[in-house]
Amino acid sequence: MQVPDVFEYERASSVDDAIALLEKHGDEARLIAGGHSLLPMMKLRLAVPEVLIDINDLEGLDHIRIDGDEIAIGAMVRHAALLESALLAEHYPIFADAERVIADPLVRNRGTIGGSFCQGDPAEDLASVGTALRGSAVIRSSAGERTVPIREFHQGPYETAVGDAEMLVELRFPIRTHIGSAYAKVERRVGDWAVAAAGAFVQLDGDQIADVGIGLTAVGADGFTCPEAEDLLRGGPATPERFADAAQLCHDLCAPVTDQRGPEDYKRHLARELTRRVLHRATARARGEES
Amino acid sequence: MTTTEVPTSAEGNPIGFGRMHRKEDARFLRGQGTYVDDVTLPGMLHGAILRSPFAHARIVNIDTSAAEAHPRVRAVITGETLEGLGLAWMPTLSQDTQSVLATDKVRFQGAEVAFVVADDRYAARDALELIDVDYEPLDAVVDAKKALDPDAPVIRDDLEGREDNKIYDWEAGDAEHCAEVFDQADVVVTQEMLYPRVHPAPMETCGSVASMDPVSGKLTIWTTTQAPHAHRTLYALVAGLPEHKIQVISPDIGGGFGNKVGIYPGYVCSIVGSIVTGKPVKWMEDRAENLMSTSFARDYHMTGSIAATKDGTIQGLKVDVLADHGAFNGVAQPTKFPAGFFHIFTGSYDYDAAHCNVRAVYTNKAPGGVAYACSFRVTEAVYLVERMVDCLADELGMDPAELRMKNLLRPEQFPYTTPTGWEYDSGDYPRALKEAMRLAGYDELRAEQAERRRAFEAGETNQLMGIGLSFFTEGVGAGPRKHMDILGLGMADGCELRIHPTGKAVIRLSVQSQGQGHETTFAQIVAQELGIPPEDIDVVHGDTDNTPFGLGTYGSRSTPVSGAAAAVVSRRVKDKSRIIAAAALECSPDDLEWEHGRWFVKGDPDNGKTIQEIAFASHGNLELPEGVEGHLDATAVYDPPELTYPFGAYICVTDVDAGTGEVKVRRFIAVDDCGPRINPMIVEGQIHGGLADGVGMALMEVIAFDPEGNNLGGSFMDYLLPTSMECPSWETGETVTPSPHHPLGVKGVGESATVGSPAAVVNAVLDALQIRSADMPLTPAVVWRAMQGSPLRNDLAIE
Ligand SMILES: Cc1cc2nc3c(=O)[nH]c(=O)nc-3n(C[C@H](O)[C@H](O)[C@H](O)COP(=O)(O)OP(=O)(O)OC[C@H]3O[C@@H](n4cnc5c(N)ncnc54)[C@H](O)[C@@H]3O)c2cc1C
Repeated sequence: MQVPDVFEYERASSVDDAIALLEKHGDEARLIAGGHSLLPMMKLRLAVPEVLIDINDLEGLDHIRIDGDEIAIGAMVRHAALLESALLAEHYPIFADAERVIADPLVRNRGTIGGSFCQGDPAEDLASVGTALRGSAVIRSSAGERTVPIREFHQGPYETAVGDAEMLVELRFPIRTHIGSAYAKVERRVGDWAVAAAGAFVQLDGDQIADVGIGLTAVGADGFTCPEAEDLLRGGPATPERFADAAQLCHDLCAPVTDQRGPEDYKRHLARELTRRVLHRATARARGEES
Repeated sequence: MTTTEVPTSAEGNPIGFGRMHRKEDARFLRGQGTYVDDVTLPGMLHGAILRSPFAHARIVNIDTSAAEAHPRVRAVITGETLEGLGLAWMPTLSQDTQSVLATDKVRFQGAEVAFVVADDRYAARDALELIDVDYEPLDAVVDAKKALDPDAPVIRDDLEGREDNKIYDWEAGDAEHCAEVFDQADVVVTQEMLYPRVHPAPMETCGSVASMDPVSGKLTIWTTTQAPHAHRTLYALVAGLPEHKIQVISPDIGGGFGNKVGIYPGYVCSIVGSIVTGKPVKWMEDRAENLMSTSFARDYHMTGSIAATKDGTIQGLKVDVLADHGAFNGVAQPTKFPAGFFHIFTGSYDYDAAHCNVRAVYTNKAPGGVAYACSFRVTEAVYLVERMVDCLADELGMDPAELRMKNLLRPEQFPYTTPTGWEYDSGDYPRALKEAMRLAGYDELRAEQAERRRAFEAGETNQLMGIGLSFFTEGVGAGPRKHMDILGLGMADGCELRIHPTGKAVIRLSVQSQGQGHETTFAQIVAQELGIPPEDIDVVHGDTDNTPFGLGTYGSRSTPVSGAAAAVVSRRVKDKSRIIAAAALECSPDDLEWEHGRWFVKGDPDNGKTIQEIAFASHGNLELPEGVEGHLDATAVYDPPELTYPFGAYICVTDVDAGTGEVKVRRFIAVDDCGPRINPMIVEGQIHGGLADGVGMALMEVIAFDPEGNNLGGSFMDYLLPTSMECPSWETGETVTPSPHHPLGVKGVGESATVGSPAAVVNAVLDALQIRSADMPLTPAVVWRAMQGSPLRNDLAIE
């Protein structure tokens, strides 16, 4: 049995209460949502928080709904709910694509979208989904709420825009028309973290790409994406050749590190191969050729 | 060879009630099993082990004062403490020694350095962080291929006169004759391959609860062991404790796969902890400890060469092995065979000559080598030959099924003596291969593959398809006393059968189930022999005070050895029941006939006595013939005359994504011949599990080490085990060729699928890619690199 070091435990009753507890206990306190990233680190004693503030009782953070021209997702929405959401399936099948390959049902029943973003793991799948979709994150503190573009949310491995006594409460994604989206991941085994993964949405205007977003996971892509590839595609025709060129840019510009999941050259290759595949799939979906 | 005397397992006539539900499942399904960690004794304390962060380092100083000052800590034990008791080192199962708690150096990452005993397991773990060890790091030997370099650091400087890292060189076969055959052959193919270091990773990790009674001087130890009797004798020899004052109890065991054959430092520490504190001490390792410090398996670097005529007649096979044994030689092999049964590497074919050389080395890695359904290295042997045959097929442009069919031993060649001296008992190999090809629809698969190839080459798909074969022969049921012992202990198994007056029975065995269903299988054997229903038969095992001596469960030996003992002891009871029945029926034993658990007078079927009636009579006042004692109990010791040789034909179908290197096992067809099947459901369960093992090893399992000797497989995030998602719905089939020398004709099956399946998966992937070589595990990265012609070294950190 692996056991964490000694810690105190508090149960927050509201978002304000959670923030007040964070302020009270200072930077040795950590929020705990699904616990599927934090607890393993505590058991290995890589994380040794003195106080855990449990936010599982909080209400009003588990919604997936249309709010104006955006889809709003509460921070405590579990992976399983994202996987099953009809609303997301309609607008952004990229979520279900990604969720199907995140961890396993046990983890998905507890792990949350908020925890996934705040963990800031370079191999987190939802991070590149959010990056591809150019969503935004709503962060609350005792001073009030602020909204940060997801592309500015991740500030390096395990570092995010969420400050010490702050809490992520919601993620928002613009609703777009004439679009398709897709996610693809290579893993060594079901439930494993990505060797590499890519996600994309493609918005079509006839045969032209009106807008496009690319997300890249576990390949050391700056900000989980490759703006150069997006720029190359935007405003031009959606052709296999141009997808290949954009994918090649992802290959050239990402900066993967070699580890036991694979060597650098292979991960670069995957950045290219998977980007190419998701651009094709997203386009086919935008054209209604594929579900 | 006769096939009629023994019952066959063609459904409808299996042994002893066949496909009955497992008797032990009721308690497991209700969560009422008792594992070592469920054992709680009054006043019990908890131990935890401090482990080395370095692969190779000198210990300069250990300061335990802060840990000792922890309010809940009762004792801190170091190598120095143990030295005082003569217990700092212990013998391994291979005539080597292993440090219990390091005194001079640590020799692998995860090596045991100190043992804390505390009031609870949390305090024990917390106190580990208070121990201050001053290490002087040394260069580590990580790459086995460099272990014998002249400038390699000497790992075992504790051994007198030791100047290098060589453990042994061992050979089998006729090198000279082999060289001649190779010189004259039309075709010779040589291939390097690695069977990487893998781990058995049983669901239950290792642990023990030791209780030394200070008054009686009796030590009771509940422990995760597959071989309780061997452990008892070893404790007696190591610790100098009198053997009759040691009781080893192996309660329910959550998987073993060889991981629980040897004695681990933690067990010894819990015993010492109990002696020092006067209280029972529990030690239970965590997952990382299990993966990093307990017995691994394989780690064989092999170079094979196969010789054949142009038309595909195999003539010779030779192999050089570099075996990485880690820091201590901790394998469990019969003394005569330092490389286990590896010299069965000629497999299922006929040759003119064969030769192998195995060179074993020390490295700065965890010791072991016994584990994971190793069948004493038959796994490595089968992998070698089945990969080599595919390489030859590739060279000759021949279908691998056709090449195998051409060279398989023929039924009339049995009993067959191999070029390296094994005597195979029985087999009909072509029949098994034909059956597997029939179940697979081999020709249709090849046609589909050709179409897929065409589509791939035309750019219509990036999915390739591969078909892989493997034909294995195992030697199991170790073993004949004349050839085999472990640390001087012969490998015969005892067995006791007690028949109560009402005809219920208790059978006591030395082997220990880790999930194999012994409580059912052995009851079924007695039921078959005596006609007593299996539910009326209790199987007692896993407690040395209550069972006869024997060497335990591993190497697929339980049914071949103890199963035979169970049959023999039942037959003794039956013979005696005949005499007693004759006395009761007032006739001569010769006038009696046996059917369905009852003796009756020949020609007068109504005039008889059931085994239950006879049991009662044997305990009653019936007058018995001169010299016949009362009761029906019997004992037996079974010394197997020879090994048994199960075999099988496996076919794997894979889909490979050429764009990403991802492999999917689409189908797996396994035709096993393990002789008659006692409980076909249990046999199939063993095969299913072994196939999953095989897929795991072929596709994802490996423990690699970085240049500093850090273990890169120390958690289930890094050491991947297959899940149901990676396993297809297994397609099993059978042929039945009884062993001529086993009382029931059975051959053993526990490891067959683990032994046979990895080569089929690898062959299938390589067949899809049309390349000749890539080493396990075939992760997407490994496959992709192999396709690029720049393969990875899977035993080292990926560079
Ligand atoms: C076996 C396993 C496999 C996995 N595989 C994958 C995978 O393939 N892909 C993948 O993407 N992920 C994977 N994960 C991670 C999983 O998705 C986690 O659930 C997720 O990363 C974290 O969510 P959580 O709710 O469990 O967060 P927690 O572990 O509770 O928290 C993680 C961090 O976020 C902080 N935090 C949580 N919520 C908030 C908030 N609202 N505001 C501010 N800070 C917050 C916590 O303080 C903590 O620092 C895996 C996890 C496991 C255990």
